[in-house]
Amino acid sequence: MTDPLTGLEGEVILLSLKVAFWALVFGMPAALAVAWLLARKEFPGKIVLDALVHLPLVMPPVATGYLLLLLFGRRGFIGATLDQWFGIVFAFRWTGAVIAAIVMAFPLMVRPMRQAIAAVDPHLEDAAKTMGASRVSVFLTVTLPLSLGGIIAAAVLGFAKALGEFGATMTFVSNIPGETRTLPLAIHTALQIPGGEYAALRLTLVSVAVSVVALLASELLSRRLKRKGAGAP
Amino acid sequence: MIDVDIRLTLGAFSLDAAFASSAPVTALFGRSGAGKSTIVKAVGGLLTPEDGRILLGDTVVFDSAAGIDVPARLRRIGHVFQDARLFPHMTVEKNLAYGGRFSKQKPTSKTWEEVVKLLDIGLLLGRHPAGLSGGEIQRVAIGRALLMSPLALIMDEPLASLDGRRKAEILPYLDRLTASSRVPILYVSHALDEVMRLASTLVLVEAGAVLASGPVEEVMARADLADATGGEDAGAVFAATISRHDDDYHLTHIEISGQMVTVPRVAAPPGHAMRLLIRAGDVVLAARRPEALSTRNILSGHIEAIEIGQGAYVDIAVDIGGGHLRARITRQAMDELGFKIGAPVFALIKSVAIGRRVPWSD
Repeated sequence: MTDPLTGLEGEVILLSLKVAFWALVFGMPAALAVAWLLARKEFPGKIVLDALVHLPLVMPPVATGYLLLLLFGRRGFIGATLDQWFGIVFAFRWTGAVIAAIVMAFPLMVRPMRQAIAAVDPHLEDAAKTMGASRVSVFLTVTLPLSLGGIIAAAVLGFAKALGEFGATMTFVSNIPGETRTLPLAIHTALQIPGGEYAALRLTLVSVAVSVVALLASELLSRRLKRKGAGAP
Repeated sequence: MIDVDIRLTLGAFSLDAAFASSAPVTALFGRSGAGKSTIVKAVGGLLTPEDGRILLGDTVVFDSAAGIDVPARLRRIGHVFQDARLFPHMTVEKNLAYGGRFSKQKPTSKTWEEVVKLLDIGLLLGRHPAGLSGGEIQRVAIGRALLMSPLALIMDEPLASLDGRRKAEILPYLDRLTASSRVPILYVSHALDEVMRLASTLVLVEAGAVLASGPVEEVMARADLADATGGEDAGAVFAATISRHDDDYHLTHIEISGQMVTVPRVAAPPGHAMRLLIRAGDVVLAARRPEALSTRNILSGHIEAIEIGQGAYVDIAVDIGGGHLRARITRQAMDELGFKIGAPVFALIKSVAIGRRVPWSD
């Protein structure tokens, strides 16, 4: 059996995990900040921010990818500036795949965290304030631990989305082996090649395995949290 | 010393309240919705008045004219909320230690032990709030407020969400706390029995305004405030001293305003100061000294004020020689007996109607 992808399978999986990992590292804090803003603050333009966050959820991923290309491409508004001033290039690099993953996963990360933060009784935050806690301390000692369930859910959803992102990634950073060819792109590529079904199936099984492991890990983590907070609601 | 003079509007509700108190325990008393909680929220910094001034000790914590608004976290006021607000994700011990984490005045291990002992919460330290009873939760909440080394303590209806049994379980702790506290306490309640048991100064709040403030006995005795202090519970509160016990009949004689009343045996030594609540509805007025009655407590005095309300009843304030009694009788009885201001009367009180033991003293 000739399998053009066999040697590259490891590379594809590692690249996908790398992209998903960095998407979480940069995406989660930003999503947490936005979730807190949307859950706790009233400000002009809140509706706009809310809509903007959710846009990638309803827009065709290919359109989102094209918008990213327009913005972050070498001649794009942001891309040109970054290239000129800092020498940072996203287009057709794996870092661009990270950006595509963050944008596409963002609404999925914001939603559960926003709900979890909104469910934390603001009276508890008031109580913490009266005991001398600053705004940051209140967030770190009360709001954050009490919304940890939502944060874990957000991380799992975000990770899964980043791992599975296809349309926006393909459009924005193309399908370059070893650089931007993540799992779904590799599966797609394999299916384009005659006799590639076997490789596609193997990659599919790999992605199933990764997803299952991620789900199990999050389940274990949230169970452990519940046990730790014995009886906490 | 707490000095409050504030105004604010919240939707349809407007508040314009002013009072000052240097008492160890000041009660904000009034119906629910009167504005008591709004006032203490402003004092605690959880709500900003539109206009006015709040003084805590020598510190101005709010002054709209001078542009001062010390944030809640810097006011160092301990709060005990009706809903306790313990952190559900922390053990009792972590909850208790929370205030000390941000305070420069960390509680010493001696203070810690004192508070744990005062509230009897030593056995709860390792547990989470979800596993505690309502009474235990409230005791931990009180301890948490004390251990942040506060400059003042705000207790906002701390007993209102507890049933009668839990209330009775907590009250002795509050007795000890209010008797021994070194910081002023602002106690919000709509329950007269709590107020007269725990507080020394009463601030009467109604419809967003302070109607009266002063010693509990004085404010409660005022007939013109009957509507606000009123309801079923309306009555007069007296400072009293246990005179002697009668072991044969299981009675205790108590002196109020130079006269004697008899109540069922009270478990406190002679000379002990206490406070009595005599409800207006439990007082019968007679124009002449009655004889051959089972009622033991007959106090002589004269009518000081008559407050005619709508309906069948009138509230009559009786001066019994320094103290003021309140009686609620029908207007018809008043007219038939010819009660007028200045007329001598005899007030009959059933012994059982008295008898709230108050181990409180100034």
